Amino acid sequence: MILDFASGLSYLWALLPEVVLSLWAMLVLLVDVFQKGERSEASRPIVTWLTLIGIVGAAAANAWLLTLEETTPTGMIALDEFRVFANFLFLLAGALFVLISTRYLEQEHLRLGELYALVLLATVGMMLFAGSRDLIVIFLALELMSVAVYVLTGVNRRDRRSAEAALKYFLLGAFSSAFFLFGVALLYGGAGTVNLALLARSIGVDGLGANALIVAGMALLAVGFGFKVAAVPFHMWTPDAYEGAPAPITGFMAAAVKAAAFAAFLRVFLTAFPGLYERWDDLVIWLAALTMVAANLVAVVQGNVKRMLAYSSVAHAGYLLVALAAASSLGAASYLFYLVVYTLMTIGAFAVVFVVGRRGEERLDLDAYSGLGWERPLLGVVMTIFLLSLAGFPLTGGFIGKVFILQAAVAKGLVKLAVVLVLTSLVSYWYYLRVAWYMWFREAPTPEAAAGVVASPSLRFALVMAAALVILLGVFPGQLLELAERSAAALAQAPSPFLGAGGN
Amino acid sequence: MEHAGFRPVLLGLIVLLPLAGFVINGAVALLAPARKRIVTWAGPGVLALAFALALVNFFGMLGVELEQAIVRDYWSWMPVGNLEVAAALQLDQLSMLMTLIVTGVSFVIHVYSVGYMGDDPGYARYFAYLNLFVFFMLVLVLGANFPVMFVGWEGVGLCSYLLIGFWFRDREKADAGKKAFIVNRIGDLGFMVAMLLLFTNLGSLDFEEVFRAAPATLAYGGALVTTITLFLFLGATGKSAQIPLYIWLPDAMAGPTPVSALIHAATMVTAGVYMVARTGVLFALAPVSMIVVAGIGALTALFAATIGLAQYDIKKVLAYSTVSQLGYMFLAVGVGAFGTGMFHLMTHAFFKALLFRGSGAVIHAVHGAFHHTHKEWDPQDMRNMGGLRHYLPLTWIVMWIGTLAISGVWPFAGFFSKDEIIWQAAARAVGPFAPWFTAFWAMAIAAAVLTAFYMTRLMIMTFHGEIRCGAAECTHLHEVPAVMSLPLVVLAGLSTVGGWVNMPHAIAELPVLGWLPSAEWIHAWLEPAVRPAEAILGPRLGALNEAAPLGGGEAFWAAVAFALAVVVIGVGSSVVLRWKYRPALESLEPVGLKKVLYRKWYVDEAYETLIVRPVVATSRALWRLVDEALIDNVLVNGAGYTSRAFGWAGSRLQTGQLNTYAFAVVLGALILLGFMLL
Repeated sequence: MILDFASGLSYLWALLPEVVLSLWAMLVLLVDVFQKGERSEASRPIVTWLTLIGIVGAAAANAWLLTLEETTPTGMIALDEFRVFANFLFLLAGALFVLISTRYLEQEHLRLGELYALVLLATVGMMLFAGSRDLIVIFLALELMSVAVYVLTGVNRRDRRSAEAALKYFLLGAFSSAFFLFGVALLYGGAGTVNLALLARSIGVDGLGANALIVAGMALLAVGFGFKVAAVPFHMWTPDAYEGAPAPITGFMAAAVKAAAFAAFLRVFLTAFPGLYERWDDLVIWLAALTMVAANLVAVVQGNVKRMLAYSSVAHAGYLLVALAAASSLGAASYLFYLVVYTLMTIGAFAVVFVVGRRGEERLDLDAYSGLGWERPLLGVVMTIFLLSLAGFPLTGGFIGKVFILQAAVAKGLVKLAVVLVLTSLVSYWYYLRVAWYMWFREAPTPEAAAGVVASPSLRFALVMAAALVILLGVFPGQLLELAERSAAALAQAPSPFLGAGGN
Repeated sequence: MEHAGFRPVLLGLIVLLPLAGFVINGAVALLAPARKRIVTWAGPGVLALAFALALVNFFGMLGVELEQAIVRDYWSWMPVGNLEVAAALQLDQLSMLMTLIVTGVSFVIHVYSVGYMGDDPGYARYFAYLNLFVFFMLVLVLGANFPVMFVGWEGVGLCSYLLIGFWFRDREKADAGKKAFIVNRIGDLGFMVAMLLLFTNLGSLDFEEVFRAAPATLAYGGALVTTITLFLFLGATGKSAQIPLYIWLPDAMAGPTPVSALIHAATMVTAGVYMVARTGVLFALAPVSMIVVAGIGALTALFAATIGLAQYDIKKVLAYSTVSQLGYMFLAVGVGAFGTGMFHLMTHAFFKALLFRGSGAVIHAVHGAFHHTHKEWDPQDMRNMGGLRHYLPLTWIVMWIGTLAISGVWPFAGFFSKDEIIWQAAARAVGPFAPWFTAFWAMAIAAAVLTAFYMTRLMIMTFHGEIRCGAAECTHLHEVPAVMSLPLVVLAGLSTVGGWVNMPHAIAELPVLGWLPSAEWIHAWLEPAVRPAEAILGPRLGALNEAAPLGGGEAFWAAVAFALAVVVIGVGSSVVLRWKYRPALESLEPVGLKKVLYRKWYVDEAYETLIVRPVVATSRALWRLVDEALIDNVLVNGAGYTSRAFGWAGSRLQTGQLNTYAFAVVLGALILLGFMLL
């Protein structure tokens, strides 16, 4: 089907996955309320299943998007493989999160069916965030995603840390959104458009590249994205928010939210600002280097595993910024591949953290992991896989992802940045493997220490699936690599400012 | 590129068998640690099969003139942009030889471990790690490109870390594992950077492609190829424990003794030598790197030997001796004698595995005796031994065979390989770098003398003289069981005759020593594999020396080396016998030069002060700086108005931190804006 976006109906088709998921979120909320009625009890498993069905439905609609074609590359909603790829990633993250969070609600004795609706809405926000070509829609999507995640962060109202983290995250998030919005305003003032493709044309063809409004607007967008992806020095909120939020939600924030922000970052800068590459390349390179070095060094001295993983997610933002700095279709492809691996291993690692933390997440220190491998072999094995992959050990997806990013960086001539990546990821081995060391080489302090560390079947399924995919992507990454390359090509072929944009 | 005469038989299976062993033993370790019988069969069993397969392939290759490596592509591993990396294995003479050594020695050590680790509660876990190690080692050896080799390279490092820390209740052992790990990371950095540079400049990472393209693309002696090879060598110094990264290996002796024998003597630590031989084409293009390799090798050989003179821990002596012997191997490949380096690698695998397991038998016996009488003495300290030959006659004999082999006494294995290295260093002393090679040659001879002496000292202190372990304990000293002694005898045999496969013609011409059948088999075997490198070296370096720097030919110096070794052992024995040792607890701390040697030239302390502490301090400082102090103390107090502007947030949250975070965002945004606009 060819969509010309002349009628509103075209938009409805182009937004089908988002529409399905939004409606489904309402349905889940209603079902949850009605099945509970007056009683205050936990949601029945049917709500979980319903949510998963909604995600699968949205995934089917997403796959159907591939059959669509657009007549113009300036539509408000992009119909390209990049969007489809990113959407699948967010849906996968959402599904993993749902599987994990049922156990979380059970463990904390929470009765919060709305959690599922919130996840679906956050996912809709992510999909729009990464899929839109209009800065106003991108901003709306950013807010839709963020508001849902703010609420998720504070979902455990009885936990003070959770509430504090939510408030901090909300205030700072609002603050950075203002930067973003101001950047959009400046860009509109400079170029008279908020459409990414048209922006690129006004920079490339109309020669507005030197316009201070446009450059300043771009810089403020970079601040907004920098905040969302937690690049140093905009990362300050991360350790607090990540440590305070319930671990499954931290995993979701660190993986999916960040992946969405990165995907949008990539789309905006590669579609709208390729003509200004000389202006922003140094900046991204410095952000990347600073993020990698600072986050990895600070993570080394953390004794709290959750906080260590928070810094580790900052460090990974640095690796992904390297791919952005490469600003090529190869870079974009490596970026997509790494996002997939990163999502799997991060959600998985945080899921293990919350299971080990037990009720109230009191056991977050390294000592809580002593002897875990022998007491709970499954948790030990999957956690080891996630940690090795985070460190970039060969035969895991993390290794392939890093090699891919390195290759993109080297192809662009960023050899120094590549060396910084290698060096800092070698440092990261230290703090990742220290956890593994505790799990396998320390005795559990008491035989009962692991009591209460219980993984439900759905959680086990999610963990095993994530770990198996991480290994699979390390040994047979070919298919996904090709898919990522094809999807990224779609983005890089999108209206080039100098050649293809004159058509409409 | 199939060869008409030869097809590899189940090449992939050689690699997969140990992996299967890992899965089986790992499952047993996690699920049913008490089922030792499965482990006893599965652990060594997979290795027996792998060794058998390696032999089948070897005999298949024997009669065939294989000019090129046989590469088996299994699947496309990393199709990334214009980089095509296949999961591929490569069989040529070099990897065949290494595969034989790795599977053969591993099999023997697995059998030995059945006895050594029999009573350990972590029996299944131990075999799981050991199998995993062999898997990664075979991947390293058989990989057909740099990334596959790197998989093995990282993997063996991980297993070594696991096995050093095997007895994890002991804090010191855990620390030793960490030390090995960090030092190896530095080496891996070198490997990674070299890979990056190779790919950027040659566009491929396949061995075949790289070695074909390198001579044409990279200028001989150019800065680029020198940089690449030096980074590769940095990787090698980490893995193979050379100066300056050797410090982890002696501490790695904290692991179980069979592990020391397998990983830290016979196989993993030789990976660096193998890597240099494998990338010989690149090294041949970089004469400066060759000098560095040879120089570091010679220096390490001598330096580690001096430390070996003053150690009391029997395994520490052997550890430094390993470092020293690895230095010889690097000297060999550094002077371009790749075949000779591999030859010494092979003989060393035999006699060092033998010596380590002999020491394992000693420790096993002494530990058992002390354990019996609840004596809190160190069972590894040679001052607590003495006169053990009466109780451990078999161990005594095989250890002497190992000692004669490592000291270079004719006709034991080490004589042929070590003598050839010394000779090659002398022969290479031509051209502009002649004085350097002359110095390396002299250092190699000096190290050989020291080797003979510290090994003699070890033997005398352990097996001869008066018995110092106490009369009550002596009755509990037992010779090892058959499952442990049989491997010892096999290795003793190999240490005796293993050198005969490669006897230079020069020695065959000697009057008394020359009756053995002369055959330069190793050189002939490896010739096709090292030919490309020698094709580069040959024309550049010109003819080799016929005479050593002090005159005399190969045969003359072989005779001299032999005589030196015999004299040192003879004189050394009588001297050490006369020294009176007392048990460790009653001994005084060594003084003077002896103390410097005992303290290993204070290198560990220097590293601790100069590197470790500053790095840790920086990390902590950065943490405070980035996340705590800077924003709070410097910026906020310095810019009070900002505090007030955001004060509403602070007063509500009562943390006083949120405003500072926001301030950081503002500051970052300002810097960013300035960056872009100016």
